[in-house]
Amino acid sequence: MSNTIIDIQNLNFSYNGQPVLIDVSLKIHEGDFTAMIGPNGGGKTTLLKLMLGLLEADSGSIRIFGKSPPSVSHQIGYVPQDVHLNKNFPISALDVVLMGKLRPGRGWSRYSSEDRLAARQALEKVEMDKFYDRRIGELSGGQKQRVFVARALVTDSQLLFLDEPTASIDTKGQAELYALLKDLNDTITIIIVSHDLMVISGYVKSVACVNQRFHYHGDAELTGEMVEMMYQCTAEETCPVELIAHGLPHRVLHKHEDE
Amino acid sequence: MIEALQFEFMQNALIAGLLASVICGVMGTMVVVNRIVFLSGGIAHAAFGGIGLAFFFGWPYLVGTIGFSVIAALVMAIVTLKAKHRADTIIGVIWAIGMAIGILLLDLTPGYNVDLMSYLFGSILTVPDSDIWMMVAVAAVIFGVVTYFYNDYLALSYDEEFAQIRGVRVNTLYVLMIVMLALGVVMIIQVVGLILVIALMTIPPYIAEKYSKSLVSMMVLSSVLSALFTVIGLWLSYVFNLTSGASIIIVAGVGFLISLGVEQLMASGLVKSVQE
Repeated sequence: MSNTIIDIQNLNFSYNGQPVLIDVSLKIHEGDFTAMIGPNGGGKTTLLKLMLGLLEADSGSIRIFGKSPPSVSHQIGYVPQDVHLNKNFPISALDVVLMGKLRPGRGWSRYSSEDRLAARQALEKVEMDKFYDRRIGELSGGQKQRVFVARALVTDSQLLFLDEPTASIDTKGQAELYALLKDLNDTITIIIVSHDLMVISGYVKSVACVNQRFHYHGDAELTGEMVEMMYQCTAEETCPVELIAHGLPHRVLHKHEDE
Repeated sequence: MIEALQFEFMQNALIAGLLASVICGVMGTMVVVNRIVFLSGGIAHAAFGGIGLAFFFGWPYLVGTIGFSVIAALVMAIVTLKAKHRADTIIGVIWAIGMAIGILLLDLTPGYNVDLMSYLFGSILTVPDSDIWMMVAVAAVIFGVVTYFYNDYLALSYDEEFAQIRGVRVNTLYVLMIVMLALGVVMIIQVVGLILVIALMTIPPYIAEKYSKSLVSMMVLSSVLSALFTVIGLWLSYVFNLTSGASIIIVAGVGFLISLGVEQLMASGLVKSVQE
C-alpha cells in the first residue's frame, strides 16, 4: 500500500447550527485520482475547504502530509469552483498564474525570471500561452478555468484539488483537461469534485460519495452499483432523472440503508 | 492659474491636491477592486465624530479625526471579517453614529463658531504647512506598505481564498489596508470634504480600471486622473470664485461621463468595423 497523504478521521462540521458533514473518515493515498461526487449542498466543497484549512472543523482530525491543513496548504494546488470572481479586475492571465508562485513575506523582491518561465510553461500545458498577456476578464469561462488550472500547477504541489473544474468548459475542452489530469496523475495525487460521473469515470481511479456522511469510496469502474450510489446522492426523490448509459436501463433506486 | 500660484495658499492648495491625488490613486484603487466603497463612506462620515472631539477637547484637528477614524475603521474591519453578511448594516450604523457624535460635540463646545461647511465640502485653500507635512507622511506610509506587500495585496484583492492557501496573512493585511484607508480618507477630507471624498476615491479608479492591465498601472493612472481633476477643479474655483471641493468633484464627474461616452463610442466603433 502506498503512503497515506490525507487522513481524515471522524470529522464533523456545521454551518450556522446546520450539520454539513457528519462523522466523515477518509484516507487518500499517494497517486490516487479520486472524484468526489454528491448532491449540491452535500458538503463536497466544504470538505475541500476543510482540507485546505480555509474552514475549521467542529471536531475530528484532518492530517495532510501528516500535518494540520493550515500549515501545509501552500503545498496544495487548488482550482476553485467560481472562476468568475472580480470580472473587471485589472490583471493579466500571466499575473493570475504567478499567484501560484506567491511566497508571503517576500517583501520588496518580485517574481523571479524562473517564476515567470514556470508560469509561461504552466500556461503552455493548458494551451493558454498565447493569451498570457490578456486581461483575465476578456477570456471565456473555459479559458479562465484553464488559467486557474495553470495557477494550481505552477505551485509544484504533489496534491491537486479541483472544484468542478469543467463547469464552464465544452465537451472537447473537458476531454482535454481530463487527459491532462491523467498525465499529471503519474506524479501528482488529484482530488476532483464533480457531478458528472459519466465523464470522469473514464479517467479517475476511485470515487468518493459525500452527502453529509461519507458514503462510498472505491474503484471508478462505472458499475450499476456506482450509478445507483450517484443517483441516491443526487436525487432525494425516488425517481431519478433519465439516465443514459451503456447497458444501464433507467430504473428507480432505493434510499440509503442507513437513512 | 500661473498668477494665482504666487499666493502661498494657492501653492499649498496645489501641493495638498497633488498629495491627495496620490493617496486617492493608491487607496481608491484598493477600495474599488476590493469593493469596500461603502466602508470608505462609513469611515469618511464617522470621521466627523473626530472633528467634534477635536473641537470639544481643543485638540488639533488631525489628532481628533485620525484617532476617531482609525478606531471606527478598526471596528468596521473586524465586523467585516467576523460577520460578512451583516457588515453593511453595522457600517451604516457606525456611519450615522459617528456623524451624530460630531454634531452633538460641536453643539456642546462653548463658543463654537466653526464653519461646518469647510469640513463637509473641504477647505483646500486653508491647508496649513503642518497638514501638508502630515499628508506627505501618510502618503509615504501608504506608498511603502503597498509597495512592500504589493503581490500579497494583489492576491488578496483578486482571490482571497487562494491568497490564504498560499500563506498570505489575509486578515492582518486586510486590517492594515483599512487603517491606511482611514488615514487616507482623513487626508482627502482636507481637500474635498467628507461628503465628497467618496467621489474622488472612486471615480478616477473606476475610469482607470478599464484601461489598466495591472493593479499598479491602475494606481498610477488613477493618481494622474485625480491630479488632473484636482488641478482643473482648483483653477475653475479660482477663476469663477466657486467652492473648490465641489468644483473638483464636478470636474471628476464630467471626466466620468466622458469616459462612459468614449466607451460607448469605442463599442459602436467596434460594431461598425465588424460590419464592414
